Amino acid sequence: MRQPARYAGLALAAMIIVALARPAAAVEVEEVVGESGVTAWLVEDRTNPIISVRFAWRGGAAVDPAGKAGLANLVSGLLDEGAGDLDSKAFQRRLDEHSISLSFSAGKDSFSGSLTMLTGKADEAWHLLDLALSEPRFDEEPVARIGGQILAGLRQDEEDPDAIAGKTLMQALYPGHPYANPTDGTVASVEGLTRDDLRAFVRERLARDNLVIGVVGDIGADELAVAIDRVFGHLPAVAEDGTVADVDAPDEGGLRVVRKNVPQSSILFAQRGPDRHHEDFYALYVVNHVLGGGGFTARLYNEVREKRGLAYSVYSYMAPYDHAAMIAGGAGTVNARVGETIEVIRAEWERMATDGISEAELEDAKKYLTGSYPLRFTSSGNIADMLVGLQLDGLGRDYFDIRNGLIDAVTLEQANDAARRWLDPDSLTIVVVGDPDGIGDGG
Amino acid sequence: MTTRFLLAAILFLCSWRADAGIFNPEIFSLDNGMQVVVVPNHRVPVVTHMVWYKVGSADEGPGESGIAHFLEHLMFKGTPTYPGASFSTIVAQNGGQQNAFTSYDYTAYFQTVARDRLELMMELEADRMTNLELSERDVATEREVVIEERRSRVENSPGARLREQLNAALYLNHPYRRPVIGWHHEIAGLDYDRIIAFYRKWYAPNNAILVVAGDITAEELKPLAEKYYGVIPRADTPPRDWLEEPPHQAARTIELRDPRVRQPSWQRTYMAPSYLYGASEHVDALQIMAEILGGGSTSRLYRALVIDGGLAVSAGAWYNPDSRGPGTFTVYASPAPGVSLDEVAAAVDAEIAALIADGVTEDERKRAVDGIGASVIFARDSLSTGARIIGSALAAGQSIDIVEDWTERIAAVTPEQILAATGAVFDERRSVTARLVPEAGQ
Repeated sequence: MRQPARYAGLALAAMIIVALARPAAAVEVEEVVGESGVTAWLVEDRTNPIISVRFAWRGGAAVDPAGKAGLANLVSGLLDEGAGDLDSKAFQRRLDEHSISLSFSAGKDSFSGSLTMLTGKADEAWHLLDLALSEPRFDEEPVARIGGQILAGLRQDEEDPDAIAGKTLMQALYPGHPYANPTDGTVASVEGLTRDDLRAFVRERLARDNLVIGVVGDIGADELAVAIDRVFGHLPAVAEDGTVADVDAPDEGGLRVVRKNVPQSSILFAQRGPDRHHEDFYALYVVNHVLGGGGFTARLYNEVREKRGLAYSVYSYMAPYDHAAMIAGGAGTVNARVGETIEVIRAEWERMATDGISEAELEDAKKYLTGSYPLRFTSSGNIADMLVGLQLDGLGRDYFDIRNGLIDAVTLEQANDAARRWLDPDSLTIVVVGDPDGIGDGG
Repeated sequence: MTTRFLLAAILFLCSWRADAGIFNPEIFSLDNGMQVVVVPNHRVPVVTHMVWYKVGSADEGPGESGIAHFLEHLMFKGTPTYPGASFSTIVAQNGGQQNAFTSYDYTAYFQTVARDRLELMMELEADRMTNLELSERDVATEREVVIEERRSRVENSPGARLREQLNAALYLNHPYRRPVIGWHHEIAGLDYDRIIAFYRKWYAPNNAILVVAGDITAEELKPLAEKYYGVIPRADTPPRDWLEEPPHQAARTIELRDPRVRQPSWQRTYMAPSYLYGASEHVDALQIMAEILGGGSTSRLYRALVIDGGLAVSAGAWYNPDSRGPGTFTVYASPAPGVSLDEVAAAVDAEIAALIADGVTEDERKRAVDGIGASVIFARDSLSTGARIIGSALAAGQSIDIVEDWTERIAAVTPEQILAATGAVFDERRSVTARLVPEAGQ
């Protein structure tokens, strides 16, 4: 008796593909340009009395000067710790009193900020952000305190298998390149940072030519134009040159084991992948979804977790950094079964390179990737994050409208051709942190 | 006094406005006893569909810790109608994102989908409420997955191992003393028969709550809820046990030493009232008190220990009032290099003593209340937040008013009530102090 219902469900599913072709039809992205030339992308949305502002400067931890790894990260912890005539306590109190959320963070390729406010507090919020960017104080007390918190985190990371694995993987992939330096630095590099370094960072890195802004919420274009002039208009026109060399993961992979006395080994792996603008990007994006993407349907999930119970978490993903692109992944598995887990992952990598995906897998991947895209538009903060991401990636203002078309356009031939040309189990760099049985410590 | 009366009058008037609550849900029940909650949010054509079962790890019997969570994993293994992995496959083919979670008081399953896929999600979720079909092999393989999850969440982390020990020491009698994920040796012993028996005992429409948030109205949802969930027969679900703690007579201190600890830390957790357990008249005041004492970088603990004293790299407090059984109130600090755990403990105790002696100022109270008010507006910005807050509250046994009238009650709390509430928490005999230290000692 349940059978008819099942078909009805599938028919329903097929019918709705059309309706989803333009997932974000309700989201209109407007370009707002201030008199200073500062530009923001805006999605006006009056649903709630909230304005979510996200902004980023190109050039993140990868441009930290030699020996000063962790500089961008330390600045990110200090820009909300006092500015103008407000010391740290007074500044934090003003944020708190007006329920304004202001924070900064450093990535490898960019330095970003987030400001969220109630509409009624917008004037105060823009003022505090303006102060933070134009007159940061970097007083001794907060510099010592936030530096101390970062050092405490670094000390904890020294025994955290996942953190060790992440750092070891980047060092194995990109020796000598800035990407091999941890974003939050090392104990030695962070201890060596000075207030002059912090001031230099703000002066040299936070300019207008490397800035992108995304705003979503209860604000119109005219008001936003005035606000971005006020906050960002006085920044230097041009950032100091901070070039980072392009680099590739090695053709020949290998296994590195970091011995730690923990019951479960942390496994990370990566190989070279296409950059964001490579013609193979979308084809391999679809292939990766089948191999190790989300939704509890990927091959790695089925083979490693569902069939063999080897891991709770196993995944792969595209990691297109600005200067090095990769396909990476990870798993966590009991020490005794690390060898078996790596064998299964390598076998799936090989099978994908050799046989590719089926027509049915291609269709299912497209349905998931295009159907789930609208789910990203469910909060103003998410949308603002995406607006910044699009600009950093050099994508167009119409991207929300065209993105699903780019996925749907991938043919089986393109997908399998990309899988064959890119995926290579022998080029996988694999890092294991734990006490795995039966595998050599490699090199 | 005039101001307060005026405020009360405004709040009274507000409560008659249709949108006076926080999430303004519509609630109704099906004939089989299943409760249905609709949280309208029409910003994008997307819905979050959740089913909450009023069963969690606190309802497990002796020797079967972890069974509620283990069953949650197995709920993805198929039914006669949708065998094997078809549940996840169909959700993914429809662009849905899904998952599930287990807590002390509830187990919940959810999918977020385009609104026109909702009906299919309801069909799938209703099907697995009573038609789960497991094999011995499913159970054996998934047991390994659950044990890997336990290794990654708990056994690989000294801090998580200490928190597990803390809960076991805090509750003398209440099942919250057992970890939600279960003890390793008991997970290893859970078999097909026990799991199926647990499923049959607790999974029924009369023990479940349907919550749908997003681009939908109660009028639209009701026929669908009746079609898919309303046809499932009511079951003879037993009442949940209500267990109480005996008087706590001895303060407890536990210490976990591990060579992998590089940053020592200190915390003390007090058993506290919750909305449903103990001296619940203090719960609203305690939330404000927790905010003032330890909520973020403007709080008393952060200022005294981290900024002014330079004693700690972090310090704060948090309060959980939402459990069905006893709540918890926690204060914590991680010492700066060269500072001992005893020194940070003394500094935390001094702040607590000052709070008990002098209470809070009107300025502090007002800032905390304003912050809570703003947090409600920010919460409305997200599709799933309301569904989660309401689902967890109702599944634990709270009334919807506890959620919807929260800001009004918070706004009405006086500094005197906050002072009085300190007595409901700060009795060391009801606490466990937990020290995380490097193996060699500090």
